[in-house]
Amino acid sequence: MNTKARNTTAQNTPDTALARGGAGRRLFGLIRKETLQILRDPSSIAIAFLMPVVLLLIFGYGVSLNAKHIPIALVADAPDSQTAALFGAFDQSTYFSPKTAPNLPTAERWMLNRTVDAIVHLPSDFSAKLSNTANQAPVQIIVNGVDANQARLTQAYIQAAWQGWLSARATAAGHSADQPVQVASRIWFNPELRSRDYLVPGLIAVIMTLIGALLTALVMAREWERGTLEALMVTPVHLNELLLGKLIPYFVLGMGGMALSVSMAIWLFNVPFLGSPWILILTSAIFLLTALGMGLFISIVAKNQFVASLIAIITTFLPAFMLSGFIFDIGSMPGWLQNLTYIVSARYFIVILHTLFLAGDVNGVIWPNTLAMLAIAAFFLGASRRKIRKSLE
Amino acid sequence: MTPQSADDQTLAIIADGIHKSFGKPPRRTEAVVDVSLRVVPGQVTGLIGPDGAGKTTLMRLIAGLLTPDSGTLTVLGLDAVADPLTVQASIGYMPQHFGLYEDLTVQENLNLYADLQGLPPDQRAARFAQLLHMTGLAPFTARLAGRLSGGMKQKLGLACTLVRPPRLLLLDEPTVGVDPVSRRELWAIVYQLVADEGMSVLLSTAYLDEAERCKEVILLHEGRVLGKGTPAEFTAHLTGRVYGASRPATIRRHLQAELQKQSVVRDAIIDGDLVRVLLDENAQPPELPGVTWQPLQPRFEDAFVLQLRERESQQHRKNQEHQESKESAVAALPTTPKNAPVKNREDIIIVSDLTRRFGTFIAVDAISFSVQRGEIFGLLGANGAGKSTTFRMLCGLLLPSAGKLSVAGVDLRTAAAKARARIGYMSQKFALYEVLSVRQNLIFFAKAYGLNRQRRAARIDWALAEFGLTNYSDTSCGLLPLGFKQRLAMACALMHEPDILFLDEPTSGVDPIERRAFWQRINQLADQGVTIMITTHFMDEAEYCDRLVIMSQGDILAAGSPKDVRAQAKSPEQPNPNMEDAFIALISTPNAPKAPRPSQ
Repeated sequence: MNTKARNTTAQNTPDTALARGGAGRRLFGLIRKETLQILRDPSSIAIAFLMPVVLLLIFGYGVSLNAKHIPIALVADAPDSQTAALFGAFDQSTYFSPKTAPNLPTAERWMLNRTVDAIVHLPSDFSAKLSNTANQAPVQIIVNGVDANQARLTQAYIQAAWQGWLSARATAAGHSADQPVQVASRIWFNPELRSRDYLVPGLIAVIMTLIGALLTALVMAREWERGTLEALMVTPVHLNELLLGKLIPYFVLGMGGMALSVSMAIWLFNVPFLGSPWILILTSAIFLLTALGMGLFISIVAKNQFVASLIAIITTFLPAFMLSGFIFDIGSMPGWLQNLTYIVSARYFIVILHTLFLAGDVNGVIWPNTLAMLAIAAFFLGASRRKIRKSLE
Repeated sequence: MTPQSADDQTLAIIADGIHKSFGKPPRRTEAVVDVSLRVVPGQVTGLIGPDGAGKTTLMRLIAGLLTPDSGTLTVLGLDAVADPLTVQASIGYMPQHFGLYEDLTVQENLNLYADLQGLPPDQRAARFAQLLHMTGLAPFTARLAGRLSGGMKQKLGLACTLVRPPRLLLLDEPTVGVDPVSRRELWAIVYQLVADEGMSVLLSTAYLDEAERCKEVILLHEGRVLGKGTPAEFTAHLTGRVYGASRPATIRRHLQAELQKQSVVRDAIIDGDLVRVLLDENAQPPELPGVTWQPLQPRFEDAFVLQLRERESQQHRKNQEHQESKESAVAALPTTPKNAPVKNREDIIIVSDLTRRFGTFIAVDAISFSVQRGEIFGLLGANGAGKSTTFRMLCGLLLPSAGKLSVAGVDLRTAAAKARARIGYMSQKFALYEVLSVRQNLIFFAKAYGLNRQRRAARIDWALAEFGLTNYSDTSCGLLPLGFKQRLAMACALMHEPDILFLDEPTSGVDPIERRAFWQRINQLADQGVTIMITTHFMDEAEYCDRLVIMSQGDILAAGSPKDVRAQAKSPEQPNPNMEDAFIALISTPNAPKAPRPSQ
């Protein structure tokens, strides 16, 4: 080894100079380092961009709360032209795949086999009663109640089909049905009642919770695992710089994933977007901070990539899925569980997204929810700052 | 608290009565116990002790990364307990596994630390050039840190720490896991820093031979300071007590065993062609037929071993029971080898043109050697030389790409499982179940090897007695001291009485006393006809082998007895090289690693 020939320039500048100054340079150095790592290790890019695409495709196309082609059995004890007309109405509906059973026991057997989910049973006096008093005509509906949600939908659809047939029949006969009250229902914000328009924005919130938390949950734990943090600690670097150096690059990455998800929602799933893009960007940024902050906190506590990613999935994805009102209505949860939902930031973001996509800029909805997200972001970032130490204890 | 004399103001580190423990009471471990020390500026101070001595904890305490339970600690005139952040900003610290960002290049790592250390941009070009030149990394600035060799990583870590020259540099085991060539280079850099920049350096190491390179030495063992002083002070009282014994007709390890039985002999180890003997105070070398004696210079290790042995006899009075178990471990060994060496020296391992490729990378390149029954055969080489790959192929864990490989008469390519029943394997990390007790571990391994109930009971009794583990049979393995874990791991590997024992870096981290006991067992096994195949990075341990090969870049550089290998490195400058000198000479011979690679 040839180490003899080298110039000896002593550069012992005073130590005081480096304590305050150079904060910007240190932060810049950390951000550049993180960016290079992101670019060279494709895993975080995959989390930010591949994961939302895959999840949106699976959930967007796979999950639907609309029921179509429900198999039902139609039974008429005394078939005649009236019952045939009613059955014809069921046949034409896209909601049902009806088949006619010769008698009730056969239909019940189909029900037991699960070949049909419901039975529409017209007793032998159906036509007679229908001609006398339109409102009294008895129709028996038997619904398979194992899947309660599906059963309610089926029941409602059959009733709607029955009512529709009645009024069509009355109109044809030249007089309105003898109903004391006419209910004229009109559905706002999602006039077609397309469940996808409702699900996809909610899904964005769920996905971004997971992505935001996973991105930061892994990076800090990785530094612990590889021992890089120990070396970083014994430098003049300040803890705020360390946290910001993590937060900023992954914030940019997360916003990229967010933009991709919103683009998919609008152009792939054709969800209408009625609100302001600026408000969307602002509220998304705040929401992303809650997720990143949570990930950062997990990462600081867990110190191990495997444990950190498990905790991130269990504490962010599952609550965002279950307790955010994404699919399960918060109002129908027991009280203690409802209280728990207040700390799930996805809950607020889902409301904001639903509003922005389907209703437009409704200030009374957007800003209170934004404030709640701000509070959660402040809590997790503050907790991370308190928890992180330049110490190995 | 401490009376601050004018002298103390200038000291780099002052520690008084430092205590540090980890964990809650039932599993509480005292990592550092009542440590007081002074580090004089402008020189290299060595913190020396085996693994688990508390070196890293002490380093972290000084770096302000841990807070002591009690005691005062002043670093560069700053109170490290009250103001750790200022200490962290003023010193240079290189942790044991320096956290290089492996997906950043050499230059990017340097840039990051220049930013973090606040090195002004106009000074960077000059400083980087200087550091790159010093570490020899200049040609590799665009290479990812993860692609550097172990030694180069350590040098880059050091360069990153030095981007802005600190007044105090803490180096935690910078030479561990680094090949001897890089070790010497690292030392050269450290000396240069002290000479040129007046830096104060505190360097910890588990290599006892590195003590002699330090100006001052602090000897740490089980969290306590055993001694402080210059290396010469440590060994001064040993002058005239260290001899080299030799008897031409006897195998060295047999002579060693014989000498160990002598009452005046405190320590006997194989050292080159001689057996190095440490005698009692004022004792004369014992009269043994045919043995010639020559006085030797005492070494730091002699002093350390003596200190440990004296401590043990002190503890003996205090803690009779513990001592008995330790004593029995050694006493149970019949130190006299069966002097009838195994007659038929058949080849039990035959390797010819063995090659292993990973993609385009050739990890092992057409090597050939053979090992005889009852031989201790060493595999030496730096990290990445192909040792582990060769080892895994020999154990049947990895299929060779080409070449022949027969172990215990079985072709490993066709009947790996059959061969495996006849080999025992002890991995570097010991691979024990930490939550199981000693006995449960033994039962598990005995069952895994398919021993029947009767034989199992017999072998477990044998293992507990032979390895001095009887008192620990119900202790859970995770709580055992490192040396005992090593004993247990070896016992587990021997449950099925294998013909061949593979040992992968078995002695890394255990203290010199345990190392001696370990080698005593190995020698005994070899005399019983068990073939021992061993890898080690302790060059002095290579001397214990009957024969060895030195590997570099997948090739065999040298093969033969330790004496033959040393002879190959003989040169006018080094008429009497030791194993490390030989290793370095062989590895740095310009065309040595490349010449015999016909496949390329």
